[in-house]
Amino acid sequence: MSLATTINNLLFKRTSTFLLTVAACTFFFERTFDGSTEYLFEKLNEGKLWKHIKQNYEK
Amino acid sequence: MAASVGRICGAKLLKRNTTNVITQISSFSTVREWAGNNRKLLTSLGIVAGGAGALIFALDQSVKASELELHAPEYPWSHSGYLASLDHASIRRGYEVYKNVCAACHSMRFMCYRNLVGVSHTEDEAKAEAAEVQVMDGPNELGEMFERPGKLSDHFPSPYPNEQAARAANNGAFPPDLTYIVSARHGAEDYIFSLLTGYCDAPAGVQLREGQYYNPYFTGGATSMAQAIYDEVIEYEDGTPAYASQLAKDICTFLKWAAEPEHDQRKQMLLKSFFMFSFLCIISFYYKRHKWTVLKSRKIEFRPKSKKC
Ligand code: HEC
Repeated sequence: MSLATTINNLLFKRTSTFLLTVAACTFFFERTFDGSTEYLFEKLNEGKLWKHIKQNYEK
Repeated sequence: MAASVGRICGAKLLKRNTTNVITQISSFSTVREWAGNNRKLLTSLGIVAGGAGALIFALDQSVKASELELHAPEYPWSHSGYLASLDHASIRRGYEVYKNVCAACHSMRFMCYRNLVGVSHTEDEAKAEAAEVQVMDGPNELGEMFERPGKLSDHFPSPYPNEQAARAANNGAFPPDLTYIVSARHGAEDYIFSLLTGYCDAPAGVQLREGQYYNPYFTGGATSMAQAIYDEVIEYEDGTPAYASQLAKDICTFLKWAAEPEHDQRKQMLLKSFFMFSFLCIISFYYKRHKWTVLKSRKIEFRPKSKKC
């Protein structure tokens, strides 16, 4: 059995496992996507955001 | 209505008209009936009169001092650009300028102390800022209003109890609420920066009334707001040299944030949607090609049935 067939049989064939796969993928995709774009935004605006200056004011 | 249109156009509207538009128009024109010479004379007279009128108007405008207002140039803000966030250290300094200078005349009724938390101040600092002001609260059990130190949920205090009091104290002019002023003026923060730093002596011939000041960026030139920003009018707590241009830049950044508190998040959203929609674009392109392969690669043939079979 090739990898694609295994994945198909295990995850995509039944509606229940298919939906579970979709939900799980959504979760991980969203976390990585948000994480990386937020990281990029913070890098682009290094030193300007509250995040970067708050240690000056927190005791 | 239909009757009068009918009377003007006669039966022409009812006729089927196969000729082109030009001939249609000329058939409505009355110029056709003029003698040839007359027509030429009138046309050239019209052109000369129109040209002379335009020339006189232009000459007249060029010597009038009516358009003395300046339009604010575009400044390179630290937040200009599609992905540039606001400079939060500048917002914090701008709040200092507002509190120590502008708040004497201008309200910011729609801002609360809690809005500062996580933007320019820590929670403790914002609480301390709020506690500095006295807020009217009540009524208590005796039905009396009382004053208490401000809390995070309180709005910024207004310098005047109502518009009339503000006008009475400012020579009849109303200092507008500054919360949304950046969105409310053409030129936004560029305009406000120019306004704050643009005071100068009135040019010869401009009459200022008592209590008015000349500012070429203000509509009409005469404003009732005295110059508020000078070098070192306040001292910054973070030690930034408080030159007039620095003060004006910081207050503008602060006002920009006040008018668009979602500014940073919006720009971050742009970044996210750029990646997300590029991704979706590629997928839909692929999906379309995928689904159309069958349609694109098939052939349809027409074979008429012969009578025999
Ligand atoms: C002495 C009181 C006073 C102070 C201090 C003051 N203003 Fe004003 N401001 C006014 C008055 C009065 C007007 C209305 C002017 C008019 O309509 O002629 C005004 C108008 C304005 C306007 C609107 C201009 C327009 O286009 O209609 C802005 C923006 C403004 N002020 C910003 C500021 C900022 C920012 C500060 C703080 C650096 C400040 N002002 C400090 C009294 C003041």
